[in-house]
Amino acid sequence: MQYSFIEPPWRPRKGYLIMAADTTAARSIVKMKVDEDKIKTLSPHLLMAYSGEPGKSLSLKDPRDTVQFAEYVERNIRLYQIRNLYPLRPAAAASWIRRALADSIRSRKPYVVNLLLGGYDTATHEPHLYWVDYLGTMTEVPFAAHGYGAYFALSLLDRYHNPEATLEEGLETLKRCLDEVSKRLVVSPSKYKVKIVDKDGVREIEL
Amino acid sequence: MSIMDQNGGSVIAMVGKECVAIASDLRMGNQALGISSNFQRIFPVTDRIFLGMPGLATDVTTLHERLRFRLNMYTIKEEREIAPETFAHLVSSTLYEHRFGPYFIEPVMAGISKTPTGKYKPFIAATDLIGCLNFAKDFVVAGTASSKLYGVAEGLWEPDLEPEDLFETISQTLMNAVDRDAFSGWGCIVHVITKDKVITRTLKGRMD
Repeated sequence: MQYSFIEPPWRPRKGYLIMAADTTAARSIVKMKVDEDKIKTLSPHLLMAYSGEPGKSLSLKDPRDTVQFAEYVERNIRLYQIRNLYPLRPAAAASWIRRALADSIRSRKPYVVNLLLGGYDTATHEPHLYWVDYLGTMTEVPFAAHGYGAYFALSLLDRYHNPEATLEEGLETLKRCLDEVSKRLVVSPSKYKVKIVDKDGVREIEL
Repeated sequence: MSIMDQNGGSVIAMVGKECVAIASDLRMGNQALGISSNFQRIFPVTDRIFLGMPGLATDVTTLHERLRFRLNMYTIKEEREIAPETFAHLVSSTLYEHRFGPYFIEPVMAGISKTPTGKYKPFIAATDLIGCLNFAKDFVVAGTASSKLYGVAEGLWEPDLEPEDLFETISQTLMNAVDRDAFSGWGCIVHVITKDKVITRTLKGRMD
């Protein structure tokens, strides 16, 4: 049957996706590391930012948990690419990762990992962003955020996100979000890593 | 703080004259924080059956994938399309298989089937999260706004509505109910299934 769900109203977009994550690795109230890269490059056109669930008890939120899951995903996506000679497209990768988390949540020791998955589909020349949480909830969105900063960032993005914005304008909006988090959050991170994915693949930039 | 209210969302289905309608909101949130205003909760099953799944969003996706698999197996084995009544029992037994560790979904189904005399029989049903079926003759509701939906639907629904009148009734019922619910809203989608076509419309809603 010919049926498709309503086209997301935010299309069309400029062909890029920006992802930013702070670089602190903390255990409870202690900063353990200030140069941790929390955005993995899964394939030439696919990025995954990962973090634990804020507010969950420490026993559930072992930092190794997030890293372990991210590496598990990274290697499986790589394996697919080696076996099939082409990488998974963003939607397929997101589905696979979601399923891994959905299976995990009903297991003895679930991974407590929240993700943002962003990729550039080289077949349709469109960027895609998926919001995924540790329960296996997945949804495609025009912008997304996880963690305590999300409350500030999402409010700003509701106001300032523009699907037609150029890369420079997009980065300006990102800066507004990071500045707001620095201004209003009690324990705000000091440094961020910013990565971009577009038709040329993944690159890291300094803000 | 129930797990059924984690993501929010509501679905309603109504019977009309040789037609049925099913509608849901488009919000998906994390508790009170809205994440998406374009979350698909209603899925086409066949040309004439639709399934709505309010509840925990991770289980919406998982259960959709699982039912799609079981439905494909049925269609291949039987070499025919599934009947709405049969599909309702398929959903019910899939849920009851997980009796002691359920999927947190309360499915709502709507469809029409052809009777041997050539008439079209509307069909709606809903189940609870462990698959207890409820075949209603008027309307079924589920989700975080279900209590409000009952009230508005009870007031607005009448028997033998034509497709366009049914569309108006289900839309007004859903919109007014979800506006009173903090966990549902952010726009709606409505499907009206008639004997020869499916009319799908999206509604703009309050964004607060």
